[in-house]
Amino acid sequence: MKDNILFLQGNEACVEAALYAGLDFFAGYPITPSTEIAELLSSRLPARGGKFIQMEDEISSMCAIVGASLTGKKVMTATSGPGFSLKQEAIGFAVMTETPCVVVDVQRGGPSTGLPTSGSQGDVMQARWGTHGEHAIIALTASTNQDVFAMTVEAFNLSETFRTPVILLLDEVVAHTREKLIMPEPGEINVVERLHTSVPEGTDYHPYLPREDGRLPVSDFGGVHRYNVTGLAHDMWGFPSNNPKIVYGLMRHLVDKIQGHTKEISRTKEFFAGDAETLLVSYGSSARTALHVVENRRARGEKLGLLELQTLWPFPADAVRERCASVDFVVVVEMNMGQILHEVKKVVDDHEKVFLANQIDGTFITPTDVLNILRIIQGKGT
Amino acid sequence: MAVKDYIRERFFPHLWCPGCGHGIVMSSMIRAIEKLGIKKNDIVVVSGIGCSSRICGYLDFHTLHTLHGRALAFATGVKLSRPELTLIVPMGDGDAFAIGGNHLIHAARRNIDLTAIIMNNNIYGMTGGQYSPSTGYGDLATTAPYGNIDPSFDPVKLVLGAGASFVARTTTYHVTSMIKILEKAIAHKGFSVVEVLSQCPTYYGRSNKFATAVDMMNFYKNQTTPIGSKDKARNPELLERGIFVQEERPEYCAEYAKVIEKASQGR
Repeated sequence: MKDNILFLQGNEACVEAALYAGLDFFAGYPITPSTEIAELLSSRLPARGGKFIQMEDEISSMCAIVGASLTGKKVMTATSGPGFSLKQEAIGFAVMTETPCVVVDVQRGGPSTGLPTSGSQGDVMQARWGTHGEHAIIALTASTNQDVFAMTVEAFNLSETFRTPVILLLDEVVAHTREKLIMPEPGEINVVERLHTSVPEGTDYHPYLPREDGRLPVSDFGGVHRYNVTGLAHDMWGFPSNNPKIVYGLMRHLVDKIQGHTKEISRTKEFFAGDAETLLVSYGSSARTALHVVENRRARGEKLGLLELQTLWPFPADAVRERCASVDFVVVVEMNMGQILHEVKKVVDDHEKVFLANQIDGTFITPTDVLNILRIIQGKGT
Repeated sequence: MAVKDYIRERFFPHLWCPGCGHGIVMSSMIRAIEKLGIKKNDIVVVSGIGCSSRICGYLDFHTLHTLHGRALAFATGVKLSRPELTLIVPMGDGDAFAIGGNHLIHAARRNIDLTAIIMNNNIYGMTGGQYSPSTGYGDLATTAPYGNIDPSFDPVKLVLGAGASFVARTTTYHVTSMIKILEKAIAHKGFSVVEVLSQCPTYYGRSNKFATAVDMMNFYKNQTTPIGSKDKARNPELLERGIFVQEERPEYCAEYAKVIEKASQGR
């Protein structure tokens, strides 16, 4: 057995990846089913000179990582539904101040306390619109431990590139499934570092004046440039402003820097999609059920395929539209009442051909749940 | 350096009302920092939301204007990741005692090296004069038109109980002593809380029989007394000012450095 092969939980894979990506600082609060991430980091981070702090609540955990990020550190927090709700105001602060950070939400059944130990994908829309006000956001997800690793590193990379919070939407099933992880070698996966300003000391530095490519080179707190960071609408110095021209420029920048790079941010995987007549669209743990159905039906000669979404926000509209154009039926497989279903319907040519196979009772979605829908579509039962 | 070397003139005039006490606190803060000789690049000022929190924009340090009540939580992240920086956290009474009460007591419990300067004007000024946890019983506010029935916190007892290792109270009338107290608070290794009674003539004063800001400062002069004075024995109504506690206790970042040492030796 090679020593780079590990057998672990999704939550542990997330921790391994965060450390691989250069995590320096983690603040968190105990909550099921994400707690293993905090537990593991409380031991691993200080061992390499990083910092871990268990804060007094979910809100302060989110605030603390934003504060730490401003000093130039790579930061993360992890939570689940109720905690994710509490963090939303501070996530908006990170959006507005363009502070890189990674927020892991291990989804469980909701609303409210809901089903703390059950899988769910009910936070997809909260990841998109949880914080108030017009904004863009990046949210990624994964279905296997190997992909949890890859998407966690990706979450850090995108958060540094676009200077934005990135939401990593895991779920209870992925987080607690124990399976193999092949640890990538250092350098095997690209790790993006923060882009620092080259403006020398004594020269007027504009912390919020984007370059032509939309990127914003930073100066860390404690460095040679002193500037203001605020959640208020602000000008290029970071000073509060309600000048309509300045506010318009800021809003466009915040949205365009992400929406305008949707293609670059989109991550999808395809299984037997090329000649599929019926395409399953799924993500996270549900995609494992979907893949099982596809492989099973393919063995019987049925032309089923799977499009697995790893980027949920910004929604990979082009990829979904392209893949769905040539198929007869699309079945969205997810553990909610159709949060991604509606996004798929928006982009396909004929939304009457889009169906939902879902599960919302706290049990994991099974191949039978998907097959029941396929039978209805094929007119073989009701 | 002169006081003006510590401010961002580009962003003046400030938004505080005529007679507001917050400018006095800002100037005292600058004078304390100047006396301590701390470099501007080594200071981070973190504030929340409210009139007091706007102090951030005007100061030429690394400044972070955050969310209502959460300044101490953000400051904890900054401090723990860069313990060598000096962290100052100006807050208002609503900010510190109401929405941010949890972070206040936990920062005190941890004894993390931050200096919280709580500008207590007994009212929510930015939103137009609603009662706060430090508005007195019977006081009028826009949300207490019949008189406030909420008992107020004693901020000093609150943070002492929570474990703060430096606790002081001063007022905008007692500027010389305020500067000395702030100097000691900032130099103190541990969580320092300085409550500064700072007048709001616009919203608190006008509704509560103070004709002018000067009346309010005279009130601070007449209704406060140094800790342990004979006047206090004669008139228990007087509010004590000065340094209540100044103790050396294990500081959070220093303790965490020990955790790192233990962890890197494999326990």
